[in-house]
Formats: sequence, C-alpha cells, structure tokens
Amino acid sequence: MTLDALAPGARATVTGFATDAPPARLLEMGLLPGTAVEVVRLAPLGDPMDLRVRGFHLSLRRAEAAHVVVEPA
Amino acid sequence: MTPVRSVALAGNPNVGKTTLFNALTGANQKVANYPGVTVERKSGRLRGAPAGHDAVEVVDLPGTYSLAPASADERVAFDALTGRLAGEAPPDVVVVVADATNLERNLYLVTQVLDLGRPTLVALNMSDAAHDAGITVDVPALAERLGVPVVPTSARRGEGIDALREAILHPPPPARGVAWTLMPTVEPAVGALADALPPDVPLARRRFEAIGALTSDALLDLHRGTPFAGAVTDARHALAEARTPYTMAETMGRYGWISPVVADVVARHTPADQRSVSDRVDAVVTHRVWGPLLFGLVLLLIFQAVFSWAVPAMDAIEWIVGAAGAGVRAAMPDGVLEDLVVEGALTGVGNVLVFLPQILLLFFFLGLMEDTGYMARTAFIMDRAMRRVGLSGASVVPMLSAYACAIPGIMAARTLADERDRIITIMVVPLQGCSARLPVYVLFIAAFLPAGALFGVVGYQALAMTGLYVLGTVMAFVAAWVLRRFVFKGEGSGFVMELPPYRLPQPRYLFRRMVDRAKVFVTRAGTIIFALSIGLWVLASYPKTPPPPALAVAVEQAATPAEADAARAAVASFQVRESYIGRFGHALEPVMRPLGFDWKISAGIVASFAAREVIVSALATLYSAGADADETSVSLRDAIKADRYPDGRPVFTPLVAASLLVFFVFALQCMSTLAIARRELNSWRWPVVMWAYMMALAYGSSLLVYQGGRLLGWG
Repeated sequence: MTLDALAPGARATVTGFATDAPPARLLEMGLLPGTAVEVVRLAPLGDPMDLRVRGFHLSLRRAEAAHVVVEPA
Repeated sequence: MTPVRSVALAGNPNVGKTTLFNALTGANQKVANYPGVTVERKSGRLRGAPAGHDAVEVVDLPGTYSLAPASADERVAFDALTGRLAGEAPPDVVVVVADATNLERNLYLVTQVLDLGRPTLVALNMSDAAHDAGITVDVPALAERLGVPVVPTSARRGEGIDALREAILHPPPPARGVAWTLMPTVEPAVGALADALPPDVPLARRRFEAIGALTSDALLDLHRGTPFAGAVTDARHALAEARTPYTMAETMGRYGWISPVVADVVARHTPADQRSVSDRVDAVVTHRVWGPLLFGLVLLLIFQAVFSWAVPAMDAIEWIVGAAGAGVRAAMPDGVLEDLVVEGALTGVGNVLVFLPQILLLFFFLGLMEDTGYMARTAFIMDRAMRRVGLSGASVVPMLSAYACAIPGIMAARTLADERDRIITIMVVPLQGCSARLPVYVLFIAAFLPAGALFGVVGYQALAMTGLYVLGTVMAFVAAWVLRRFVFKGEGSGFVMELPPYRLPQPRYLFRRMVDRAKVFVTRAGTIIFALSIGLWVLASYPKTPPPPALAVAVEQAATPAEADAARAAVASFQVRESYIGRFGHALEPVMRPLGFDWKISAGIVASFAAREVIVSALATLYSAGADADETSVSLRDAIKADRYPDGRPVFTPLVAASLLVFFVFALQCMSTLAIARRELNSWRWPVVMWAYMMALAYGSSLLVYQGGRLLGWG
C-alpha cells in the first residue's frame, strides 16, 4: 500500500517508490526504503499529512505520499 | 598556516544557526522558525578574536537541507561553500551547525559539507534542548566518526561559544569526508564521471561534484554545454536502462552511513514514543476544530492591531509632518523652494512614514509567528484550501500581510520554496485591500452611503467597507486560479516541509528584526515614494499660470481670514486645473468617461499612481477644499457632492462613487509595489504584467458597474 492510505496513528516502513523519480527533497529528508514512518495527524481539511520520520515532523501532501510505497508495521 | 580570515555558518533551517551567528558576532540578525527565511548574505565580525589577529568575517549562510539546491537561497549556500560566488573566495573555515535534538537528518548536510574538503567544524547546537528531551550525544565518539572537531553549543544560553571561537581560530586540517558507500551499481559511473570533470576541479571534491551532477538536475545545469554534461547525460541513460535507482544513490549511501553512527552515539533516556511538549501543543494548534478557530483568532488579533492600535501613532506622525510643514512655512520665505520643501519633500516623507506603525506591528506579529514555529502550522492548516485556488499553504502569510500593505506581502513571499508558487503569490498579493486604499474607501463611502444600519445592527458603511475587502480577496483567488490554470500549469514542487518544534521567541531578536525590516521598507519603498511625491508636486504645480484678475483681486480684497483662505483655495484650484496633471486629466477624460469619471477624477487617478491615497489630497486641491482637507473632512465631502457638470448634472452620483471604488479595489495605483516586485522577481516582466492585468480588471469592472448601473436606471 502507499503512504497516503495510512490513517493517523499508523506506523509503517517505507519499502520503495511508485515512481521512477521520487522528489529529491523527500529523499534528502531521509524518507528512504527501510525508513520507519508514523502518521501523526492530518491537517484540518484532511491534507497535507504530518509525519514523524527519523525523529522530526515532516509535512507532506497526500498526492506526494501516494508515491511512497509502505509496509504497515 | 595562514590565519583564518573568513568563516561560513552552514546548517539546516531551524537549528539556531542565526542565534549562533549573533552570539559569535554580536550583530543582530534574523532568527526564524519558518523554513528558508534567511535569504540575503549576512555577515559580521567575529567577536573576541585575540589582539593582533586579523579581522575574521563570519557569514551566516541561508539554511539548507542539502547541497543539491532546490531554491534560490539554498543555491546561495551551495555557491558560497563551493567557491562559486562571484568575487568571493570560499571560506577558510566552515562551521556546520547541527541540531542535537534531530541529529540524524542534520548529519546528511554535515557529511556533504565534509566531502567539500575544507577545514570544517561541527557545532552541535541546542545541546540544552537535547538534554531536556533526554537525549545524550557522545561528542568525542561523534567527532571521531566524522573526523572533525565537534563543539557542543547552546546559542540561546550562550554556552559553548568560547570553545567554538577557539576552534574557529585554530581550525583543523581540511576535512577528508566520511567513508560512506555508494550502491555498487552506480559506483563505476561516478568514478568515470569524476575523471571526466574539467581539470580545475580540486581532486578532493571531484567525487562530490560527479555524484551531484549525476543525481541533481540543478547541479548538472552548472555544466550545461560542456563535454562533462554530455557524459553525465549518457551515464544517466545507461543507469536508467539498467533500472538502477541512481537518483537515490547519494541519499541511500549517506543515510546508510549515518543511521548506524546515530544509533551508536545518541542515547535516549525517554521512550521514543513519549509525546513532547511540542507534540501536545500541535494536538491543539492543528486540531480539526481548534486549529482553524485559533488561526482565525490570531488573524483577528493582527487585524485589530494593524487597523486600530496603529491609528494613534499614525495620527501622531501626520500631526508631526503637518507641524513641520507649518514650521517650514513660517521660517522660509514664500516661493517655489518653500513649496517644494513643504508640498513635495515633506509630503513625500509623510506618505512613507505614515505606514510605519502598521508595518512595524505587522512585522512584529509575523516575526512572532516565525520564531515560535506557528508560521509553518498556518501553511499546514491552510494548504488544502489554498491549493484549490492555485496557491500554496505558504501563500497564506504573504496574502495576509498584504492587508496592511502589498510591500511586506511581496517580501513575505520569499518563504515560498517553489518559484512558480512564489511568482503567482506575488502577482495576486496587490489585489488584497491594503491600508492605502482605506482613505479612498472612507471618503466615498462616507459621502454616499447613509450612516444607518441594516436591521439596526450592521452599519451600511461598515458593510460596504467589508464588501470592498472581500471583492479584492475574491479577485486575488480568481487571478491565482487563472495564473495556475493557464500560465504556470501543473503542480508546484510540492509541500515537503518540516514542522519545526515550537520554541519560545527571543524578544531582543524579535524586536531587532522588526526594526531591520522596517528599515528595508523605509529605504527601498521610501526613496521611490519620496521621489515620486516630488515628481507629482512638479506635475501639479507647473506650468504656473497666473490666476485670472478676478481671483487675484478676491485674494487681495478679502475682508476676513476665512475669505482670504477661500480665495487662495480658488487660486490653487485654478492653477492645478492648468497644470500638467490637470491637462493629463482633461486628455484622459474621453477614455475615463465611460466609467463615469470627469477630468478631475481622471487627474486624481493620474496623481494617485504614486500612491492611492494621494487621490484624496489631489481632489481636495481640485475642489479648493483647503490644503489640510483629508478623507474625513466634511468640506471635501460636501464639495464633491455639490459638484455639477455645466449642464447641471451632478459629477458624483452614488453610481460614479461605486465605479470609482471598484476601480480602486483593482487598479495597481502604487509605484512602491511595482518597485518591490521588480526587486523580488529580478525582472520588469512580471511587474509590468501585474500592472497591466490589474489596470484591465479595474477598467473593465468600473465599466461594467457604471454602464450596467445606467442600464438599470441608477445613473
């Protein structure tokens, strides 16, 4: 499944990307295959998502999160 | 070894880099919590260098997450560190500031900087916050792994600054980089590319440059047109052919080295899933219900401050400028020079300074939002809604600032990382109802709307005022939507944004920054407004036509001071009519007549091109309402209502007033906005488009209002 499908509170591990060219900034922020990620909450209108990655909070639009393939923990 | 002359501070946004810079130099610069807020080159002199040592320049580089630049300010950091800035040698020492509470992501940039092969230090900042959060970093072990000195600091508390200064003055040898490994399928290509680089690239940096060009389009672009660029493109094709995820090679490799190191040197004494204070604050601030509610309250507070609290200070400034004018009139002999000083120069200064209280207050609140970390949350809360109309969550703050003045709004758009988002935001910001429109709104609403209230509650005048603001904002959204749909097609670079931990603001820096920004407003916008005010004064004063005998006689034979004033005002009115501005007005009248405007309104519109509120004083002069009339003067209101065309029709009907108000909602009657937009976008192209589309909107809408109104029989 992809990251955008996770509900708030869910944890998962990134397994790959559903695109050949994942956004560079996402990779530099440390969202890589093997990285543990937790959906902390969604913005009041349901988008973007507030994620916890490597100990910090990362905000990501669901459209971007849809490119991230995850394995729920 | 030659003594250290220059130091560059590099680091991720929100790691306290600027606070550290202030502690090292004593200079007061920007501290912010919103990603990417430091844009310009900030430098200072290292404090406490021993006597006899050469001056050491410390440069505060823009915050950056990576050396593959994604925005203009990250590009500056990259250029400075790699010696690509024109006229600037690479720094003798690089200090990478890393956040001890968030070491893993921070080490990504650290390992990149180490690969540049310059003498490098790591300042492990926020050590106090890390301690409070139950995080301990084994500093000697980290230094050993990185191969460079690591100095723990707490810039906020001033801890570790002396040790860092010592380390800067006695820098280590050039860094050798850490031994991270590239994925085996990509390694041979990088080796070949490193050899293909031009010979002037230093050996220590060849591998770094080769990886950068292979994985980042921005870095490949540096070599455009060279044989090396061709080699990179070929290598990319070959790797893509073999289905090798080479774009991830650098990040995978570096994090592959970083993660085990962090596991070894960082110890957490609290369970990792325990909620921090910041998390608990966020549970409220970004809550589905409380979040937007709180945001609304914050906005209300800012509006209240800008529109009410600033008023006494604005009145005081106007009074002082007026008193100064009276003083000059008393001291100087009558004549052209006196008029130039009072009506040109002093009025110009007054036009600038009167906005200062609002701008200071606005910058205070914006600074507070940045420093606490709330700014990033407003973008988070609003992104979805803003994206519907083609903007981004980060456009909220520029759009709000523009209710005070488009200039801070345009400047605030710097925080938008995506260039297209930034241009769209700047293009629509001037449609927001700024405070310079207020006097125009007040004058015509008070003149043509009754003071009564709808259902006895909401005043008609207040309702009309709100309506004009709403009209501007709605049109800003429409314009953004059109620009996104037809000009800047497609999604922006996305919304990968850090939500930094909440931090207490530091009042000293908050205050200093507010003053610094206000200085930018006064110097950048002020000089232009000032010059234009003088230019307009010339246009309104020349050519000086002698008044007809009847008027001249009236001045001389006035029996009472009141009669003398009235007679002089009539002379002034006559002379403005004959001036260049008056002639422009007459020349424009045929074009403006379909909107319901006579030559006086047309002349006022020409005069208000410098700044909107000028139309009030221009009309005051044209209507001989006396030089000191303002938007609340009953005399000006009455003169406007009493004015008749030669055939007896009133010049100003409620419909004409409505048409004029709509014109002022949309028209870009503000040179300062154009000047700032030119500076921020570095080209006249978009400012010209901005002026043209807003003028077209203004003309079209006024035409619709006036002609439509006449068809309905309201004329």
